Amino acid sequence: MASANSTERPISPAKERGKLARLLRKYALQIAIVFVALLLWAFFFWRSPLTWGSYAIYNSLMSTTPYFALMAIPLTLVVVAKEIDLSFGSIMAWGMAAFSLVFIALRETNPQLGVYLGFLACLLAGLFAGWLNGFIVVKLGIPSLVTTIGTQFFWRGVVLVVTDGQGLGMTVVKDTILYNLFVGRFLGVIPMQFLWTIAFGVIVWFFLNHHKFGAHVYLVGDNVDSARLMGVDVERTKIATFAIVGVAAAFAGFVVSEQVLFLWPTLGDGYLLNTLASVFLGGTSVFGGTGTVFGTFVAAFIIAIINPGIVAAGWTAYWTQLIYGFIIVVSVALQSILRKRLI
Amino acid sequence: MEYVLQMKNISKTFGEVAALHHVNFEVGANEIVGLLGDNGAGKSTLVKLITGYHRPDPGGEIFWKQERVSHLSVSKARDLGIEVVYQERALADLQSLWRNIFMGRELSNRLGVLDQRGMVRETRRLMSTAMGFTSSAVTPESTVGTFSGGERQGVAITRALYFEAELIILDEPTMGLSISETKKCLDFVDGIKQAGKSAIFIDHNIVHVYPVADRIVVLDRGTIAGQFSKGELKFDELIDRLTHLAQTGQLETNHPKER
Repeated sequence: MASANSTERPISPAKERGKLARLLRKYALQIAIVFVALLLWAFFFWRSPLTWGSYAIYNSLMSTTPYFALMAIPLTLVVVAKEIDLSFGSIMAWGMAAFSLVFIALRETNPQLGVYLGFLACLLAGLFAGWLNGFIVVKLGIPSLVTTIGTQFFWRGVVLVVTDGQGLGMTVVKDTILYNLFVGRFLGVIPMQFLWTIAFGVIVWFFLNHHKFGAHVYLVGDNVDSARLMGVDVERTKIATFAIVGVAAAFAGFVVSEQVLFLWPTLGDGYLLNTLASVFLGGTSVFGGTGTVFGTFVAAFIIAIINPGIVAAGWTAYWTQLIYGFIIVVSVALQSILRKRLI
Repeated sequence: MEYVLQMKNISKTFGEVAALHHVNFEVGANEIVGLLGDNGAGKSTLVKLITGYHRPDPGGEIFWKQERVSHLSVSKARDLGIEVVYQERALADLQSLWRNIFMGRELSNRLGVLDQRGMVRETRRLMSTAMGFTSSAVTPESTVGTFSGGERQGVAITRALYFEAELIILDEPTMGLSISETKKCLDFVDGIKQAGKSAIFIDHNIVHVYPVADRIVVLDRGTIAGQFSKGELKFDELIDRLTHLAQTGQLETNHPKER
């Protein structure tokens, strides 16, 4: 009502300025992260115009960043809900272990069907593993940090047992529609997995910001007691966030294996650091209750350009890990400082 | 008198700690019940039983408008029309005002998609009417962590009012409030009475409870030590008896059967 009236009245410039200031404040973190991304890109561009002036680097960024961005996006939900998941790397491999079981069973008779059913098995396996994380955390009351360190080792162990430590060729996947659908090139140039990551980001953003589920995720992370007292189903909400990460991890595992057309039993190793760094650098608070999918999305690409940026600038890649670790510590420290100033 | 809420033979033990034993408690229609008691007397436990957060031990029965409620849950209690205004902690500090007002009861379509515009509009309306927020610095999008104690209590109270509760439970609503904010809060309790609703007003400050309550129930160490209708006891007499209770654990009452 008030807004309808205000459109009829002439809007004073002062009021307009106040509105702008409010919008700026509301989206301060998102604006900041975009600036960080642009600055870093400009810096790397300046150090190595040859690399950053060609399409090849962007093509490779768009194909490899989704491997962890696909998990960082739903992991944002878990962190907003004041939990953590460290097991997604192993769940990537566990999903593919489930794929390989189905695929091998059908390899002789109907390999294509094996791929489709295997893909389904992969997602279901991821869903189960994620749900199990949530179940242990919520129903048994074990801190998610401990739970997911445990399941991380457990699922890796399952993968090694199931695959006997052996890899698996996946060239058959190339004959199915799944190949072009997930890792093909849109219009011959844009990697499909990049478009999937955008689509995934939009979906998760929608559910986090415009759906009851997301509203409850924020409330659970912000003040779990009051959420429970106000009738929010805390347990279901938390379990759902873990389950979504599980499915996403299995999907990411499928995409990676499809891209390289080979299933490594070590799949998922090395994604822990950059996935977590994306979430925290993206402005999602380790204290729960705040965070954005947009921040995580942009931060994933910041994380992604650091490695090639360093190498192209002529420095040793040993710096990469140092910088990832530094980013995690600094962004978490910044959140702590911001939080003290807010409350 | 017609009761909206009746609790019979209610006990609650946590492990080896008996928070309540064999308590009978009721709230009449359009009655404001003041619940007094020291820290640890069992006030909060009683509230959590009424709101379905805890279940009473076997043997205890809860009646809502003469009908027995067997498995009271938080959402069921809300559906019945029981609403609680908790102390400060009932708000999610990092969330916007409108998200707090509609916490756990977001307006949405059948698929669960939020009606954000509707919630913001309702919040803006409630701000100017029920909450009495006049500062232009506060908008429905403001995060409640930046609000003062009184403003926060106003948000919590407005939240209860908006959802048309039958029985409103105020859990130490005046704690941490300034004098004028306390006055505002007590005015609200009067408002509940005027609106024909019932309320349980919990406080350990008798000065706040006495003027607004129709009946005062004193809880001590998990049992009801006594209860008084406002007419039958002067303020000073009540104070004397409560002092006696604090010293001896015994309360002289006009209703010996309630012991």
